[in-house]
Formats: sequence, C-alpha cells, structure tokens
Amino acid sequence: MPNNARSKLFGWKRAVVDRLATAGAVFAAVLVIVPLLAIFVYLVARGAGALSWSFLTNAPKPVGETGGGIGNAMAGSALILGISCLIGVPLGIGAGIYLAEYGRGKTALLVRFIADVLNGVPSIVMGMAVYALVVLQQKHFSALAGGLALGVMMIPTVTRATEEMLLMVPRSIREAALGLGVAEWRTVLSVSLRTALPGVITGIMLAFARVAGETAPLLFTAFGNQFWNWNLNQPTAALPLQIYTYAISPYDEWHQQAWAGALVLIVTIVGTVAIVRLVANRGVMKGTS
Amino acid sequence: MGSTTANQNNMLRVPGKAMEPKPKTAIQALTFPSVKREAVGPGLRVADRAFRCAMLACALSVLAIVAFILIELILQSRLSLHAFGWNFFTHQAWDPVAGDFGALPFIYGTLVSSLVALAISVPLALGLAVYITEMCPCWLRGILAFTSDLLAAIPSVIYGLWAIFVLVPLLRNYVEPWLATTMGWTGLFTGAPYGIGMLAAGVILSIMVIPIISSITREVLTAVPRQQREAALALGATRWEMIRIGVLRNARAGIMGAIILGLGRALGETMAVTMVIGNRPEIAKSLFAPGYTMASVIANEFTEATGDLYLSALVEIGLALLLLTLVVNALARLLVWSVTRGMPASTHAQ
Repeated sequence: MPNNARSKLFGWKRAVVDRLATAGAVFAAVLVIVPLLAIFVYLVARGAGALSWSFLTNAPKPVGETGGGIGNAMAGSALILGISCLIGVPLGIGAGIYLAEYGRGKTALLVRFIADVLNGVPSIVMGMAVYALVVLQQKHFSALAGGLALGVMMIPTVTRATEEMLLMVPRSIREAALGLGVAEWRTVLSVSLRTALPGVITGIMLAFARVAGETAPLLFTAFGNQFWNWNLNQPTAALPLQIYTYAISPYDEWHQQAWAGALVLIVTIVGTVAIVRLVANRGVMKGTS
Repeated sequence: MGSTTANQNNMLRVPGKAMEPKPKTAIQALTFPSVKREAVGPGLRVADRAFRCAMLACALSVLAIVAFILIELILQSRLSLHAFGWNFFTHQAWDPVAGDFGALPFIYGTLVSSLVALAISVPLALGLAVYITEMCPCWLRGILAFTSDLLAAIPSVIYGLWAIFVLVPLLRNYVEPWLATTMGWTGLFTGAPYGIGMLAAGVILSIMVIPIISSITREVLTAVPRQQREAALALGATRWEMIRIGVLRNARAGIMGAIILGLGRALGETMAVTMVIGNRPEIAKSLFAPGYTMASVIANEFTEATGDLYLSALVEIGLALLLLTLVVNALARLLVWSVTRGMPASTHAQ
C-alpha cells in the first residue's frame, strides 16, 4: 500500500526530527552551563591563591611591592552602597506604595512607564548624567556622586517589588484595620507594608546585588582611589573599579589581584542572591515571582 | 517589562482564580478618599493627606529623575549638536586633536556587536528554556534554573576579566583560525586573528544576554496552558511537534519580547565589551577586526576628554545611546502588545 508506506516514512522522519530537536535543546543547555562553570572554576583557581588577610585589609601597593590589597576598595564599596541604599530604598518603597495603594489614573500609568524607562537606562549613561549634575558642579569626584548614581539605579527594581508585593496583600486585612478605625497611613505602613515586608526585602536585596557589581556608573562619579578614604566628598575606591583597573593593567601580579578581588565580589553577590532564593523558596512569599 | 509578562502568567496559569477579584481591581475598589470619616478628628485626616502627598512625591521623583537625565544630557551636548547637527551620526571621523567628531563607527560597533550577540544567544537561550520547561527531569529543573539565574547575577566587569584571560586566547588560538579557513569566503572572518575584536565582544555579550532571554522565555513557556500540550499529544504529535505547535506558537509574543529585551541590555552593556572589543573607531567588515561601541567610547574617553567640544560630543553619543535603548524597549512592548492582540496568526493576517 503506497499510502501506508508513505505514512511510515513520514513517521520515521518525525521521529528523527523529534530526536534532533531534543538533542539540540540538551546541547544548548550544556553549552550555556559550561561558561558559568568555567568562570567559577577560573575565579576560584586563580583567585584563591592570592586571598589572605592582608589582601582583605590593605590598600593597593605600587607595582613591584608585595602585600597590596583591596581593603580600601571594600570599604569604599560599602560606603557607596550605603549611600545608594539610603537614596534608592525609601524612594523606591514610597513610589511602590503610591502605585499599589493610590495608583489609579494617568499619573500612575505614567510613573509605571517611566520606572520601566529608568530601568532601561544604560548604566554608563547614568554615570554621565550624575557627572553632569554633581561632579561638574562640585568640581571633584566623590563617593556621594557614586552613591547617587547607584541609588537611582536601585529605584525601579525596589518600586516594582514593593508594588507587586503590596498588591498581593489580601483586601480583607486592610479592611479589618480600617474598620477598627486605624488611620489610613498607619494601615498602609503597619498592616499592608508589614505583611508584604519579606517580598519587599527580597526586591531590595536583588536591587542591591545588581548594583553592587556595577562599574560603569562609578567610572566618572566615584572615580576610584589608591588610598583609604572616609570622606564622602572625595574620590573613593570601589571593588568593581579596582578589579577593572587591575584587569586592564599589563602586570601579572595585578592580574592575580584582579582574580582575587573578583572572587570576593562574586561571593558577596552570589551569597546575596542565594539568600534571596532560599528565603523565597522557604515560602515566606510563596507564589510570587 | 518582565513583570508584565509575570502578571499575564499568573492570570493564565490559574484560570479558576478569575472568579476572585483581581488584586488591582480590589485595590481600586478600596477608594480611600471616598471613605467618610467624620468620627475621626481632623488631625488624622491631615496625617493621611501628608502621607499620601509624601508617597506621591516619591513616585513623581522617578519622573523628575528621568526628565533630569534627559535635560542634563541635552544641555551638555548642545555644543556638539550645534557644531555637527545630523551629520554627527553619519560622519566617520573621530579626531579629538582636530576637533572633528562623528559617531558612525560607534553606532556601527554597538549594532554589530549586539547583533552578533543575538545571533549566538537566541538559539541557545531558547534551547535552554525549552529544555528546562519541557524536557528535563524534575530534579534537574531547579538546579538548571538556579544556575542560569546565577549567570545573570555575575557583574559585567567579571565577565570582562574572564573574557580577557580565557575567552580571547581561546578565540585567537582555536576558533578564529578555524573560522578563517572554513568561512573565510564570506568576508566576515578575514584578517589577522587577534582574539580581541568584534567577535570577542559579541561572544561575551551573548553569554551575558542568554540568562535574560532564557529566564523570560521560561516564564512565558510555563504560562502556556497545560491543555495545549495535552491536546497536541492526544492528536499523536511527537514531543517536538507538541512543543512547536502547542507551546512555541502560543508563546511567540513573549519570546519576541524577551529577545528584544536582551537586545536592549546588549546595546547598553559597557565594561565587558570595553575590555575585549579593541577600542578602535573603525568600520571593518571582518568580525576579527577591533571596533568600538558607543558605551565603551564614553567609558574610555570621558574622563580624559580635553576641550568642551570633545566632552560635548561624548555626551551626545550618550544621549543617542539612551534614545536608542528607549526606542528598543518601547518596541519590545509594542510588539508584545500587537501580537497578543491578534492571537491566531491566520486571523491576524486578514
């Protein structure tokens, strides 16, 4: 029967295509996971050797001298990230509360759209804008400018997380509070936001993890510094900047330090993300993204 | 962007929940201002109003920031806007000494490196997403999803560091000579294999973009109703046919959005690209040749720019980059919207 033969041939072809597609997907999955593993293996293999107490506590030394470290860069990063959290978290939560609790009409739509726009602004452009706004006025680079650039970058993520989490808080809880005569602002703060807090904190930590590794916005705001600095108005070192400086230098010992610094940075960031995943999986806010 | 698809997901995933009021409408029903509160004193109402105004101020600050960025960039770039006009974007020269500036090599570098990145990352990211959602055993699913999310968390500068010391030698010694002998006739893979160049930038960008595309695609694929898959299988489809007809076709809007979102990220990426692209403002057909992108010229030359015109030209490149990413992101939205509106392809064509 020609018809039967044809359908048999067709079935054989389909089976082959099916196998090929499966193989392709497996191949893609392997190919994606390989660079990740390669990066981690390289970081640990090349960086772990240079890790020591003095590396973590010293400031960089000139080429040729041993014992230089990233202590000042870590302190500077902490300083800059602290400032950025002070700017990004309250503004982000406030905007999120507005969108979730009062967000109706055109203003809210516009704010949502602009928050997405802000999220898409390339980080280098953010650095440039802060340079024009702060550095040009002050005539010098500063930790404050770096913190401002990173803080603004945190806002959209925090806003989105706050809004989404607040919208998940059941209406009945709010009504119960209002029904007891609790003031509206108090209801929002100590009932709605309180209930949504774990999710909001997750959002903040994700924003933090994203911003902690940013280098481009710091190039011409915090600028970097080879020495210890606690003055908010002075150029300040940051870990990603220091890694960049070391990586593009021609010296082998600096390359070594770049790997070790990168190991410290990645452990911080991956640690943050892992904690977030763990908490989110624990079911504190189950069913959320 | 990502969260809008997430919202759609939730609605698609649990059709039974449609009976309950959606969260947003629930909030809208809670019209705070219309609540009559004669019982409470005027002091409370003042506090409520103040709180509300404060939250509104936070929300408006987002608008103010974006407006400020735009205004600041336009102000700072007006010198170069006046000097070169539209020619700035079609002019090839980049000569700080002579004060002659054109952005074309940078625009070219940004577009080409991003397109190379997409060409590599789209098939891989889609393959990974399909594998994770449709094929892999349950125990592997969580691990794979977690590791691909970790890829997204690695900072750009670390990708750059890895690219300089691992990827570039690999390209120089093995991949590029091989490409030159097998594909040299296309003209895309000719010249000396430096390792550093457009190809290296494209490859490292593709590694950075894969987790973004694949995680959004994953969200979209899981949102496709289970019945679609079961129906396809019941009709005798093989697994691949089920995925193609039942899943991918339904999810293509979201997948397109994911790809364009990845493009937006690739366009603005700075550090890793700057470290491996070679930083030479030239337009070359070969992907082996060094290039320059809009983001990396800013990163390299902004602090060293002498002269107002030089600085202003760099700011104008930044402005162009900002507008380009805005257009791409808006396009992603529009595309998703238009495709989801006309669900079946046949009716859409009519």
